[in-house]
Amino acid sequence: MGIHLSNIAFNDYLEKLSEKYRIFAPIVKEGKGKFAETNVVGYGEIKTLEEIEIDKKSYFSPKEIFYPIRETLFYFTDNKIEVPKFEEKPLVIFVRPCDLNGVRKLDTIFLRNGEAVDFYYKRRRDLVKFVMMECTEGFDTCFCVSMGSNEAHDYDAAIRFEDGSVSLKIVDDALMVENLDGQENIDFEPEFIKENKVKVNIPDVDKVTKETFNNEIWKEYTSRCIACGRCNTSCITCSCFTMQDVSLSDDNRIGERRRVWTGCHVNGFSDMAGGHSFRDKNGERMRFKTMHKINDFYKRFDEHMCVGCGRCDDVCPEYISFSKCINKLNEIVKEDSANE
Amino acid sequence: MNNPYLPQAYKILEIRKETAIDYTFKVAFQGNVIGGQFMEISIPGVGEAPISICNFDKTSLEMTIRRVGRLTDKIFNLQAGDSLFMRGPYGNGFDTNIFKNKDVAFIAGGTGLAPIRKTIDHFMTGIDETKILEVLVGFKSPSDRLFIDDLDRWSKFGNVTVTVDKGDDTWQGETGLITTHIGKLDLSNVKEKIAVVVGPPIMMKFTTLELIKNGFKEENIWVSFERKMSCGIGKCGHCKIDETYICLDGPVFNYIKAKTLID
Ligand SMILES: Cc1cc2nc3c(=O)[nH]c(=O)nc-3n(C[C@H](O)[C@H](O)[C@H](O)COP(=O)(O)OP(=O)(O)OC[C@H]3O[C@@H](n4cnc5c(N)ncnc54)[C@H](O)[C@@H]3O)c2cc1C
Ligand code: SF4
Ligand code: SF4
Ligand code: FES
Repeated sequence: MGIHLSNIAFNDYLEKLSEKYRIFAPIVKEGKGKFAETNVVGYGEIKTLEEIEIDKKSYFSPKEIFYPIRETLFYFTDNKIEVPKFEEKPLVIFVRPCDLNGVRKLDTIFLRNGEAVDFYYKRRRDLVKFVMMECTEGFDTCFCVSMGSNEAHDYDAAIRFEDGSVSLKIVDDALMVENLDGQENIDFEPEFIKENKVKVNIPDVDKVTKETFNNEIWKEYTSRCIACGRCNTSCITCSCFTMQDVSLSDDNRIGERRRVWTGCHVNGFSDMAGGHSFRDKNGERMRFKTMHKINDFYKRFDEHMCVGCGRCDDVCPEYISFSKCINKLNEIVKEDSANE
Repeated sequence: MNNPYLPQAYKILEIRKETAIDYTFKVAFQGNVIGGQFMEISIPGVGEAPISICNFDKTSLEMTIRRVGRLTDKIFNLQAGDSLFMRGPYGNGFDTNIFKNKDVAFIAGGTGLAPIRKTIDHFMTGIDETKILEVLVGFKSPSDRLFIDDLDRWSKFGNVTVTVDKGDDTWQGETGLITTHIGKLDLSNVKEKIAVVVGPPIMMKFTTLELIKNGFKEENIWVSFERKMSCGIGKCGHCKIDETYICLDGPVFNYIKAKTLID
């Protein structure tokens, strides 16, 4: 079951929805692009359909809306600890199917890895409803079909943008509003992309061996990757963070502890006190990330982490392609197992 | 909802100087602890760090901290009566059942003695019995020795060897790297003998290789790892090696597992 709404009626819907929710969608952010005076598509708050950027992939993933780049865990004054108050409005976020699948991987880490549930993640995440935007064309660097994440079904609502109108399927009653003018009941099921231009073959986790880790292919990335970490920050499934203490007085009596995003490509990620460090070479970090996204996570949680959104390829200043890396890896794993 | 990131203030009961840069902090604490687990300790505004629990009883726990940087510098300025912020304990720790009625060698390099101190003491004081109990500890120099009283006391119950990389004018004990002493362990039943190895990465690597060369079975070797950690609870990603989270699945690992981990 679904409903059909003119764009005008849909804007009416958004207006009613915004009484209860803050609504986020991909939008064009002017002057924020890679080069001077260029634009970038990122997530922002919207009021109307016209603001939503439908034809381009968002450069940043929607994760920052519910997993902030920087978040205060607590303030302290004279040994008294206080968790920041949290009175946020519920959120509606427009996402593509790949990202919706990506959110599940974030949930896995924050809610299900180990016994502890991440308090800060959960309290925001519980506020989020996802409206899945039908995505049947994809973009140049996408490889969601290979990753099996072109389809998602755990949306709260799904939408198809048409010429002058939208089709909407509302699954979660919390997203219903009363009395929409010109609402027409229709059958609507979102469709999914069936083939991308880019395809990857993922090596079988049982065939990835120590030799794979020690293979020469990683060395190339040592000279190419500059450890900027953009592939980590743009990724819908990268979840790593570091604690940071900030003192607002000389005697450390007032301050805060916060967490900030970090990633495995960034310098210092695994350095320990006393000078021990691991993965000093950027190629080793590329290997670590690759294995995490298409091997390790699977071993632990029975699904791959990467959803094939292709953002890491879009953002890399050194034109390093993750999908090409996966395919190269698959080739060497094939060779290695043929040689056995 | 429980917030696992909130530390609580605990009172420091006593501070003991082990060496110029290693102090043992005894803190009031009640809760279940397993030897080999660690705490996340902090001073808000300065930082937070994982530190092994080296001793505990029903009302307190002890941690031996090396002064190496920002947070540990500030901790060294604290005094008995002050409070230290902590959350934990975290990690798996050593299962004492592994060692019961077995022939066991505990081998530690420097501060690596801290995480296994309680487990050694458990058997030295006869809470549970082992068949043969040996302790082999290496320090850089005589002045780097930790837990001198414990080592003395243990030598009455088991076979304790303390070696230093380089002695001084007064040093009468053993010298040489730990690896040179492996052959002197009681190897009469080496196929069944259990070894625990904890220390800096390079020491663990060469010591385990030497044990295997001397006939130890891989599945009878246990190690404890240290990695960078921010959360201690499987969220921050810093401690991950392959599909393994050191903070959740470790820090204690059987060598069969440990040898597959590639940083
Ligand atoms: C499971 C576990 C158990 C541990 N148990 C103990 C224990 O029982 N006792 C103990 O003393 N410690 C233990 N540690 C280590 C302890 O966590 C660190 O010593 C502590 O984090 C240091 O914090 P700091 O703020 O004082 O040092 P920091 O200020 O963070 O750093 C201290 C030193 O490291 C060097 N350093 C910092 N960053 C880098 C870098 N990027 N590259 C190279 N060098 C760098 C600095 O030069 C400085 O000398 C344990 C660690 C783990 C993971
Ligand atoms: S690794 Fe790259 S393609 Fe995969 S989810 Fe992350 S950004 Fe997207
Ligand atoms: S975006 Fe490219 S250069 Fe930057 S860290 Fe990632 S792989 Fe390296
Ligand atoms: S210390 Fe954060 S995941 Fe292990």
